[in-house]
Amino acid sequence: MIRLTNVAKEYPRSGTALAEISFQVRKGEFVFLTGPSGSGKTTILKLLYMDDKPNLGEVWVNGVSSLTARGGEISRLRRRLGIVFQDFRLLEDRTAEANVRFALEVTGAPKASIAAKVSRALTQVGLASKATSYPREMSGGEQQRVAIARSLINDPFVLIADEPTGNLDERATRGVFQLLRDINASGTAVIMATHDLDLVRRSNYRTIELNHGRLVFDSAESPLAPRPSDPTMAEVEAAADTREKS
Amino acid sequence: MRSVKEALTASRRAPLLSILGVVTIAFSLFAFGLFGLVAINIRKALEQVEERVEVRAFLGDSTEIESVAAAMKDIGEFPEVARVEYVSREQALERARKEMGEFADVFEAGVLPASIEVYLKSGMRDPTTVKSVADRIRTYHFVDDVRYGEEWVAKLYRLRNIATVAGLALGIAFAAVAIIIIGATIRMTVLARAKEISIMRLVGATDMFIRLPFLIDGLVKGVMGGLLALVFVWVANRVVNEYFIQTIFFNREMIFLGILGGAFMGVLGSLVSVGRHLRRV
Repeated sequence: MIRLTNVAKEYPRSGTALAEISFQVRKGEFVFLTGPSGSGKTTILKLLYMDDKPNLGEVWVNGVSSLTARGGEISRLRRRLGIVFQDFRLLEDRTAEANVRFALEVTGAPKASIAAKVSRALTQVGLASKATSYPREMSGGEQQRVAIARSLINDPFVLIADEPTGNLDERATRGVFQLLRDINASGTAVIMATHDLDLVRRSNYRTIELNHGRLVFDSAESPLAPRPSDPTMAEVEAAADTREKS
Repeated sequence: MRSVKEALTASRRAPLLSILGVVTIAFSLFAFGLFGLVAINIRKALEQVEERVEVRAFLGDSTEIESVAAAMKDIGEFPEVARVEYVSREQALERARKEMGEFADVFEAGVLPASIEVYLKSGMRDPTTVKSVADRIRTYHFVDDVRYGEEWVAKLYRLRNIATVAGLALGIAFAAVAIIIIGATIRMTVLARAKEISIMRLVGATDMFIRLPFLIDGLVKGVMGGLLALVFVWVANRVVNEYFIQTIFFNREMIFLGILGGAFMGVLGSLVSVGRHLRRV
C-alpha cells in the first residue's frame, strides 16, 4: 500500500532531511513515526501526501509513484488520504459542520450525499452536538476531532497525522489517540508522527524511529531490540535516585 | 457556477479589500486611459495636419485649357490621388488677397500662375508617395514647377512615427504597471485565503478548481475597474473640454476594447498571483 525505497531528500538551505529511507506500510497498519525535532518525520509525511518529491529513491502510495505523479493524479490520491496536523487547520469563520463539508464541496462530491456523510463523520468523532459551533467555541481536543472528521469524510485508506496531539493536554491527547485507534480498528491505516514517547510505549503499535534523517529503528524489523529513544539503565537508575531523594 | 458563487462569497467576506482592489485597478486603468486619450488626440491632430498635404503644380502661362483638362483626368486616375482641382489665375489672386488681408493690394492681376491642386488619399501622404506623385506630375511639359512642402511632410511623418513608437512603449509600460497592480490586489485576496487554499489542496481539490474563483474575481474586478476608470477618464475629458482645449473621446469600439483590456489584465494578474502562490504552498 505504501512503500519507500531508498528515499533521500535534501533542501538547498538546511541540507539533508532524509537519507536512504526504506520501509513499507501495509493495509490497516498503525505506525508511529518518532524521533527528535528535525529528524525527518514531517518530511516523510509530506512525501506520502506528495506535497514534496524525493531527490532520490521512490515513494509509492496506493499505486501512485512519486516519480510519475502529476497535478490531477496527486489531487485524486489526496482524496483517498486523511491528513491531520498539530495546528488543526480549521477555517475559523465556519462551523464544525461547514469545515467538514468543505472537504467534500471542493472535491466535487454530489450535493445529495454531503449532509449524510458530514453527519456520519461528526458522529464518528463524537461531535454531533457541536456541529454548529465555531472553532473558537471549542477546546483544542474538539478542534482536532473536527479536523479528524474532515480527514475521514472521503473514507481514506490511510490517515496521516503529523503531531496530532502536540497542542493538546493529557486528557485531550488520550481522547484523540483513542479515536485514532478506533479509526484504525475499523480498517484504516494510521501513520502518526509524534514526540510523545509515553503514548508510543503504552501501545504495541509498530514504531519507526528517525534520527538526522536516517531510519534508526523499526520495530517490525527487530521487535525485541530496544529503541534508541528508550531510556538506558543508567538513566532509569538516576531517575529512581532523584525520586527517592525528593 | 460554483466558482462564480465562490468568487462572490470571497468578495462579500472581505468587501473592503474588494473595493480597494477595484479602485486600485480603476486608478491604474485611469492612468492608462488618460494616456490613451492623449495619444488619440495627438493622432487626430496629426491627421488633421496631414489632411493638408497636397501637391501643387504651377502651370505655364500659355497652357491650353484642353491640355490641363486631359492632365487632370490622368492625374485623377493615379491610385494615390483623392481629387484634383484646377485653380485659375483669377482664383489664385482672389485666394491670395483673402489670405493676406490688409496687404491684399500688393497683388496685381496676372501675377500669380494658374495651378492644379492634387489631394492625396488617406494613408498615401507619406514623404515617398508624395514625392513619387510630384515627380510624375512634373513630367507634363506645361508644368513649370511642383511644390508639396517636401521638408514639412518629412518632419510631420517623423513626428508621427515618434508619437507612435512613444505611444506604444508608454502604453505597454502602463499596461504592465496595471497588470502588476491587479496582480498585487488579487494577491492580497489570495493571502487572505491562504489557509483555505492549503486545506483545499490537502483534501484533493485540483489546482484549476482552486484557481477558477480567483480568475473570475480578477475578471470581475478588471471589468469593474475598467468601467470606473472609464467614468474617471470621461470626467477628466469633460473638464479639459470645458476649461482648456477641444478634445475627442474614445469611440464605442475603443471603450469596448478598454473594458476588455481591463478584464484581460484582471485575469492575467490573477493567473500570475495564484500561480505563484500555488507553486509556493
